[in-house]
Amino acid sequence: MRGNARSHEMVAPGDLAGVLELLAAEPNAWTPIAGGTELMVAYAAGRLNAKKLVSLWGIPELRFIEWNEESVSIGAATTFRDLRAAARIAVEFPLLAQSAGWIGSIANQSRATLGGNLANGSPAADSSPVLLAYDAEVETISARGRRRFPYSAFHTGYKRNVLAPDELLFALHLPRRFAGHQQYLRKVGTRRAMAISKVALVVTALIEANRVQEIRIAAASLAAFPTRLTATESALTGNLLDAAVIACAQAALLKEAQPIDDIRSTAEYRRKVAANLLGECLQQFAAGSGTR
Amino acid sequence: MRANATTRVVGTPVPRKEGAEKLHGRARYVDDIEREGMWYGTTVRSTIPRGLIRSIAFDESFDWREFVVVTAKDIPGKNHIQLIIADQPCLADTQVNHCDEAIVLLAHPDKHKLRAAAAAVEIDYEPLPAVLSIEESELRDVIVWGENNVFKSFLLQKGNVDEVWDQAAHIVEGEYRTGAQEHLYIENNGVIAEYSHEEGVTVWGSLQCPFYVHRSLLAVFALREDKVRVIQTETGGAFGGKEDFPSILASHAALLALKSGHVVKMVFDRMEDLAATPKRHPSRIRHRTAVDEDGKLLAIEIDLGTDGGAYSTLSSTVLSRATLHACGPYVCPNVRIRSHAWATNTVPYGAFRGFGAPQSIFAVERHMDEIAARLGMDPVELRRRNFLREGDTTATEQLMREPVMMNDLMDRILEESSFYARKMRFAQENPTSAVKRGIGIAAFFHGAGFTGSGERYLNSLAGIDVTADGQVRVLVSSTEFGQGTNTILPQIAAEALLVEYADVGMAPADTRVVPNSGPTVASRTAMVVGRLVERASLQLVGMLRSEGLLAAEYSRDEFFAACERYRVLKGELVSLCRYEAPPNVFWDDQEYRGEAYPAFAWSIHVAQVAVDMTTYSTEVEEYWAIQEVGRVLNPVLAGGQIEGGVAQGVGYALYEKVLLENGHMANNQMTNYIMPTAADVPAIHVYFAEQPFAYGGYGAKGIGELPHDGPAPAILNAIRNATGLACNAIPLLPEDMLAKLSEVAAMQKDVIR
Amino acid sequence: MNAQWSTVQLTVNGLRHTVQAPPMKRLLDVLREDLRLTGVKEGCGEGECGSCSVLMNGELVNSCLVPVLQAAGATIQTVEGLAPQGELSLLQKAFLECGGAQCGICTPGMLMAATQLLERTPNPTINEIREGLAGNLCRCTGFIRIFESVVAAAATKAAAVRKEESHAR
Repeated sequence: MRGNARSHEMVAPGDLAGVLELLAAEPNAWTPIAGGTELMVAYAAGRLNAKKLVSLWGIPELRFIEWNEESVSIGAATTFRDLRAAARIAVEFPLLAQSAGWIGSIANQSRATLGGNLANGSPAADSSPVLLAYDAEVETISARGRRRFPYSAFHTGYKRNVLAPDELLFALHLPRRFAGHQQYLRKVGTRRAMAISKVALVVTALIEANRVQEIRIAAASLAAFPTRLTATESALTGNLLDAAVIACAQAALLKEAQPIDDIRSTAEYRRKVAANLLGECLQQFAAGSGTR
Repeated sequence: MRANATTRVVGTPVPRKEGAEKLHGRARYVDDIEREGMWYGTTVRSTIPRGLIRSIAFDESFDWREFVVVTAKDIPGKNHIQLIIADQPCLADTQVNHCDEAIVLLAHPDKHKLRAAAAAVEIDYEPLPAVLSIEESELRDVIVWGENNVFKSFLLQKGNVDEVWDQAAHIVEGEYRTGAQEHLYIENNGVIAEYSHEEGVTVWGSLQCPFYVHRSLLAVFALREDKVRVIQTETGGAFGGKEDFPSILASHAALLALKSGHVVKMVFDRMEDLAATPKRHPSRIRHRTAVDEDGKLLAIEIDLGTDGGAYSTLSSTVLSRATLHACGPYVCPNVRIRSHAWATNTVPYGAFRGFGAPQSIFAVERHMDEIAARLGMDPVELRRRNFLREGDTTATEQLMREPVMMNDLMDRILEESSFYARKMRFAQENPTSAVKRGIGIAAFFHGAGFTGSGERYLNSLAGIDVTADGQVRVLVSSTEFGQGTNTILPQIAAEALLVEYADVGMAPADTRVVPNSGPTVASRTAMVVGRLVERASLQLVGMLRSEGLLAAEYSRDEFFAACERYRVLKGELVSLCRYEAPPNVFWDDQEYRGEAYPAFAWSIHVAQVAVDMTTYSTEVEEYWAIQEVGRVLNPVLAGGQIEGGVAQGVGYALYEKVLLENGHMANNQMTNYIMPTAADVPAIHVYFAEQPFAYGGYGAKGIGELPHDGPAPAILNAIRNATGLACNAIPLLPEDMLAKLSEVAAMQKDVIR
Repeated sequence: MNAQWSTVQLTVNGLRHTVQAPPMKRLLDVLREDLRLTGVKEGCGEGECGSCSVLMNGELVNSCLVPVLQAAGATIQTVEGLAPQGELSLLQKAFLECGGAQCGICTPGMLMAATQLLERTPNPTINEIREGLAGNLCRCTGFIRIFESVVAAAATKAAAVRKEESHAR
């Protein structure tokens, strides 16, 4: 254990207004900490540079799942356990419910939050590809007001995002229009549980008479930050799902993907497996057997 | 499982002696212990694999006043860790020979201040060329140890292989590689040390061998034997990783205790434990085998190399066991094995469950499947034709004097696993499935106890006593670290004395209290030490009888009454026995010939795997293990040993990789050193056969290490069955499987051209 | 830099405590050092091994990843709270009989994970048990007898419940 508790300050205003006031008063000074499953690991390894932390734990205004007619709104401090336990999420957004079970272990899921996963911005993040595939919107909040924009615009580089120094992630909004979509997700890790992703693929598609009307393909660990594979999507949109098209899409993915070698895996493996996953996905869609 | 008709306590599933304490969370591991005025220690370690230490400087802007600093100059006795050879320094002095080698020790009453202090120690090195693999070491461009980088070598010969090659129907060659493996006990290494003029050095710690630590401290502190005391604390897993390393940590903590005048605790965090402590020896093993048309082994030639790391530590004995197991459980008239333990500039490799045998068995059992493939023969049948039988001799000319049950074990496990039915079903299903299934076997033996004359050399002493309050205590230096020492030895004593299991406890593992019954290693506790406890118990009954205090038949109450009367007469009631070698065990260290082990345990494992061709990952779906272990002293504990060993072997084969960057472990966190979780382990079916060994405790032979020999070859043989791929290196990660497939595809392309 | 210490109130194993500690001090260290509950263990400090797991407001958490400030007002249960009167609980007895503990270092965390699993799923399937315990690493047992212990505990509990119900009638 290489962290020193005495070198860090932490405050817990207890409500959203208190947190935003603090961030506005001293922008860039305070690092938000939600469930701690990321920051406390860095802390124990002696790598937590943030000396001043503001706790987002136990703030009900940030932890909610609200159903509207057009969308579902999920508070940024919603835990993965909350997501797994929400029956309606499992029905309407099965990929989100399933990916929530990918995170760490049961003990981690009860603390890790959706907002924390996104704000940390690892290219291997488990929830990011799902939110991209579900066309989610991000809502951020600060003392100056709120912003709402597509999640696909949230990440701008390796562990960089568009949050201003006084801003917090407030909620994710998922449009309720995927009931008729084919859905696929698969994560490839080092083992069945407690595994950081080597590569993951998440896909939603509207297929009619075996023709791809629209498709969203998102991946983990194929780029510096979570992103959709738009060139691969183009190779599919408007086409029939036959063997040639599938092969073409796999070739597009092999070109579009930009994985790296790291401590967990190799670029070659990530690329090849991602292409295999796409093939598996499209074959399931062609057979009409994707998750609904 | 019901008690054997002839025993009452031995063979029954009595509960673990210290189980309740562990389940309550009351068992006290070293980091649970707090002492008044205790200080904390830390180690400053080398950041390069090899080099001269030019200077050690202490940042002047740092306040060193409250710190105690220890370097090699502070060592009162010898600056070495006494093991087999004394080549490893306690603290590096003028040179470092591996990354993470200990150089400076620091202590302070506030553990939070240590990290900044360690960072304020500036060590200036003159780097020297480092050797980081077996290949680099054997090139001998750079000599890093002794005259030729060789810690130890063996030449084992039987018959004459050279006369066979020309006449053999088939010659099959193969090269097999195994990687390093980390023990990953869930409790990190830790000790508490105290020094006083009256008592000398006292150490409490997580350790397997109190007397190894004791002997090491004698050298470092130049103290008399009675001025060093070592006490084992409850130990959270060891697997060999706490056999010799605690001697280093104990010396360090004791040096800080000596200099500071305070009790000092040193407990590693996971990152330090992973980076700085010993692991399983990596190996490279080359086989060349001659067989006749019927698959009979005619000649076995093996070139076996291990990577021993920077200092010799246990490399010679690991090499010995690897060499002695290299031919597998088979008979062959002509054998030549050349083995070497090579020095490299990495953290010294050490003991880990199996101790060289997992490496050797991986190679020979993979190779047997390759031979079978070459002959177009069923791998099961190939093995049956070559199993050692009563009357055969091993590679060292050890005569099998007792029946060898391998064919019976094979019959049973094939049936239990529905081996052929599964094999056929997979062959039918695989062509149209993205997941290829396969089933594979490994057959092996494991010598129990120390090799050859090792037990004679240890000359163990063990026994029992009966205390004033009528408790029988087992007096051994054998320690508990999960494998069941504290349960089986009382079972043996209770059986022999005709008292209840509850009447017998363990004396504390304290060098001041117990005799030296040898280290808790080499699967010797049940067999060798158990036998001593059995003999000592019978001897104690004899002592009572010879004073006329006990009749030929007696009740438990009569026994304790007799003990009480004996104590009144003589003052104390203690019965100790010394090791006696079984008859017909003669080992020639020079010629490397004779009875290598007094007894072998025999085993066959079957693994079913699923290889996912979308992700190239392999999972073990189901597993069967049958073993003949002499006598099962406690079926729950014995089953637990097999299951635990299999799980570690699954990790060895498919998950656990030590990634070294310039000799430093880069993946030194649990998030990236991967062991199987509850979601990954297969169902494991365990079956026992018993053929009591006359010289083991109630017939027991060793069991602890045996199960780690089987999984890696069984799994990779199953992968071969599933995919046709001959994978010869472990760990086999999905990335390696993909690389193998690409290699095969490229070769096929070449063939087509 | 010296931070302001926090005053944190927690209920641990039914007892109220007030602790003065740096807000960033890990709940694990507060339990072990301030409250001397050394049954909670540190195996990795990274939330991977689960030997530090406790129940916090009824949820299994890795206490090495919880800054004590975030445990303010929480109700915590550790292994010491499973059998406060001294006799082993039903679950602990099952572990003892089935061989679910070998070296014992993972056992406290494993018991907490099993406790939560059985509270939520009184009759778990083998796959539910595997998932429920996947965050607790055991290097000794290979998990097999831990699974058996949980199955045995579930069966014993179910039998006891049926007995109670039939008595009630």
